[in-house]
Amino acid sequence: MATTDRSFVQSLWDFFCSLKLTIFLLISLALTSIIGTILPQGKLPPEYVAEISPMKFQIYSKLGFFDMYHSWWFILLLYVFSLNLVCCSIKRLPHVFKFISEPTLVLGESLRKGFSLKQELGFSASLDKGREALVEFLAKEFAAPVVTEQDGEYHLFAQKSAWCRLGVYVVHLSILIIFIGAILGSLFGYKGFAAIVEGTSVSSIQAHNGADIPLGFEVRCEKFNVSFYDSGAPKEFKSILTVLENGQPVKGLTNVRVVVNEPLTYKGFTFYQSSYGQASESSDHSFTVQSASGAPVGQFTLREGQTTTLKDGTTFKLLETTGDISQFMPNFSGPAARVEVTPKGKTAQTFIVFKNYPDANAQRGDALQFVYEGSNAKMYTGLQVAKDPGVWVVWLGCALMVCGLFIAFFMSHKRVWIVVSKGYARMYGNASKNQAAFQMQFEELSDKLKNLKI
Amino acid sequence: MTSSMLFNATTIAYMASMVVFFAFLATRNKAVGLTGSLLAYAGFAAQTLAIALRWKESYDIGYGHAPLSNLYESVVFFSWTIILIYMFIELKYKYRIVGAFVVPFAFLGMSWAQLGMQSGIEPLVPALQSNWLLYHVITCFLGYAAFAVACGISIMYLVKARSEEGGGGAAGGLMSMFPPIRVLDDLNYRAIMIGFPLLTLGIITGAAWANYAWGTYWSWDPKETWSLIVWFIYAAFLHARFTRGWVGKRAAWLSIIGFAATIFCYLGVNLFLSGLHSYGSSKM
Repeated sequence: MATTDRSFVQSLWDFFCSLKLTIFLLISLALTSIIGTILPQGKLPPEYVAEISPMKFQIYSKLGFFDMYHSWWFILLLYVFSLNLVCCSIKRLPHVFKFISEPTLVLGESLRKGFSLKQELGFSASLDKGREALVEFLAKEFAAPVVTEQDGEYHLFAQKSAWCRLGVYVVHLSILIIFIGAILGSLFGYKGFAAIVEGTSVSSIQAHNGADIPLGFEVRCEKFNVSFYDSGAPKEFKSILTVLENGQPVKGLTNVRVVVNEPLTYKGFTFYQSSYGQASESSDHSFTVQSASGAPVGQFTLREGQTTTLKDGTTFKLLETTGDISQFMPNFSGPAARVEVTPKGKTAQTFIVFKNYPDANAQRGDALQFVYEGSNAKMYTGLQVAKDPGVWVVWLGCALMVCGLFIAFFMSHKRVWIVVSKGYARMYGNASKNQAAFQMQFEELSDKLKNLKI
Repeated sequence: MTSSMLFNATTIAYMASMVVFFAFLATRNKAVGLTGSLLAYAGFAAQTLAIALRWKESYDIGYGHAPLSNLYESVVFFSWTIILIYMFIELKYKYRIVGAFVVPFAFLGMSWAQLGMQSGIEPLVPALQSNWLLYHVITCFLGYAAFAVACGISIMYLVKARSEEGGGGAAGGLMSMFPPIRVLDDLNYRAIMIGFPLLTLGIITGAAWANYAWGTYWSWDPKETWSLIVWFIYAAFLHARFTRGWVGKRAAWLSIIGFAATIFCYLGVNLFLSGLHSYGSSKM
C-alpha cells in the first residue's frame, strides 16, 4: 500500500513538474482566451441576446463564456499554470544552485573530449612557474581562477556570470508576483465612478456593482471644460478639482487640473477624467429670433419642455438640448437645441438649431430664424475612480520579468578551464548560451595564450 | 521635399529590393544579392527620413505628435521595424538571402499603406495624448517585426526541409543558397528571443499606460487578450525547445502560427472585433 501511495504522489509530482504540461497549459490558455474576444463579455447587448438561440445562450451561460476570464475553469487553468511553474522551478532549482555553487573544478579525461573550444600551449618552465603565469593570465584576461591539484596536474577553473542561469527562474517568480498583485487588487481594491456637477462635491463613489463606497474625504469640481479641434474631434476634457478634508481644501490639492492621462491621486484613490455631460436640470436656454431679412424680432429664455408664444402668434417649444451635438450629428459640434415651431394657423415643424452654425439656421429659409445662444447649464465631469493596493506588486513583478528575460536571453554563463601539465597547458571553454559569440571571445583568449612566454 | 514623396520612394525601393532578391535566388550572383541589400538599406534610409519629416509636418500643422497614431502611420512604422530587425540579423549573422523572405513583408505593408489608406495627419484624441504612446507602440512593433523576421526564416526552413526530404536534386542549386536547416532553426529561435522580451515590454508599457489613463492595468479588452495569446504562443515556443521533438519543423510551424496570431492581434482585432484600440476613431 505504502508503495502505491508513494508512487501516486510521485507520479502526481512528476505530472506537475512536466514541461509537456507547461506547453499544454500555454496553448490551452491561448486557445480558450480567444472565446472571450469573440463573444461579448459582461453586460450583454440586447441585440446580441435577441440574435442567438435560447439553447446556445443557456450553454454559453453555463460554461461561463460571458464572463469567461472569471469563470471557474479559466481561473483553474491559471492556478494549475502557477502550480506547474512552482513545481518546475522547485524541481530544477537545487540542480542549478549546485551547478553554480559546486562547479566542475577538475576536468577529467572523458570530459575534455566533449569540448569544441580548446587551445594548447607548450612551455619550458617548471610546472609551478607555468601555473603561476597562467593563473595571472586568466585573472587578467577573463576571471580569477580556482586552482585544484590532482594527479600531478593543476586544474585552473574560471567562470563569469554563473548566476545568469537563474534568469529563467526570475521570470517564473515574476509571473507569480504579478498574480499575487492581481489577487491583492481584486480583494482590497475598488473600481467606481463619480459624476460631479460643477460647483458641487461628492464624498462617495459608486462601485460598478452599484454599492456606494465612502471616500473619507470630499472632491469638489470647481469647473469643467471641453475643447475641440476645428474638425470637431475632441481635443481636451479638463476638470478643475479640489480635495476637501472636513470641508477645508487640502493644501496642494486645490484647483488641480485633471485631464485624460493626467489623473489625481489622494489617499490611495485615483480619479481619472473619463466622460462629461450637461447637468440639464433647471437650466435656462437663450434664443434670439430674427426675420428672414435679418431684422431682430426678439429674445427669450426657456427651459426644456417649456413653450412660449411670439408676438405674431407663433408658438415655440424647446424640446431638448445638448451641450455637444457631435455625438448625434458627427459633422457638427457644440451646443444645439431641438425645437418645435408652430406658426399661427399652420402645422408644427420640428428642427435643430445650432449655437456654432448660425448660417445653418438661416438656410432653412423660414420667415422666422431661430438662433440658439446657449444655456447657463452647468457641466458635470465623469470620473473613473480606482483604488488598487496591488498595483505596485504588479509593477514589481513586471520589472522583475523584464530583468529576468534579459538575463535569460542575453546573458550567458561562460567557463574556462586550463589543465597545466609538465611542459604544456590545455585550455577549454564553453558557454551556456550564444556559443558563437563566446567562440570569438575564446579565440581572442587563445591568441593571447599562444603569445604567452613562460 | 515632403514625407509622402519619400514614402513613395521607400515603397519603390522595397519593391526593387524584393525583385532583386528574387533575381538573387534565381541567379545566385553575389553582386545581385548585395544590390538587393543595398536597395533595402536605401529604402530604410528614405523611410527614416520620411517618418522624421512627417513628425515635423504634424508640428507645422499644429497637431504636434509622433507619427504613430493611426492605421496608416502604424503600418508604415511596422514595415520600418521589419527592415530594422532584418538589417540587424543580416549584419550580425551574414545571411543575406533571408532578405528574400523578409523584405516582401515590408513591401506589402508599405504598398498597402500607400494605396489603400487615408494618409492625412490627424489630431490626437485625448486618450492618445501621452508619452506612453511612444514607448508602447515602439516596443510592440519592434516585437512584431522580430516575429515577422522569424516567420520568414521559418518559411525558408520549411522550404529547405521539404527539398531535402525530396532528395534535393532538382532544387538543389537554389537550396544551396539557403543557410543549413540547423542554422535556420537557430535563427528562428534568435529572432524570437529578440521579439519576446520586446513584446513583453510592449504589453507592460500598455498596461502601465492603461493604469495611468483609466485606473485599470488589465481589462481583458480584445486587443489586450490577443497580445496575451501571442505571448502564450511564443512562451510555448520557447519552452518547446527544451523538450525533444519540438525543434525543426514543429518549431517552424509554431513560429508561423505565432506570426499569424500577431497579425490578427495587430489588424484582425481592429477589423473584426471591437475594443479600445480602434485606430483613428474618435473614441476616448
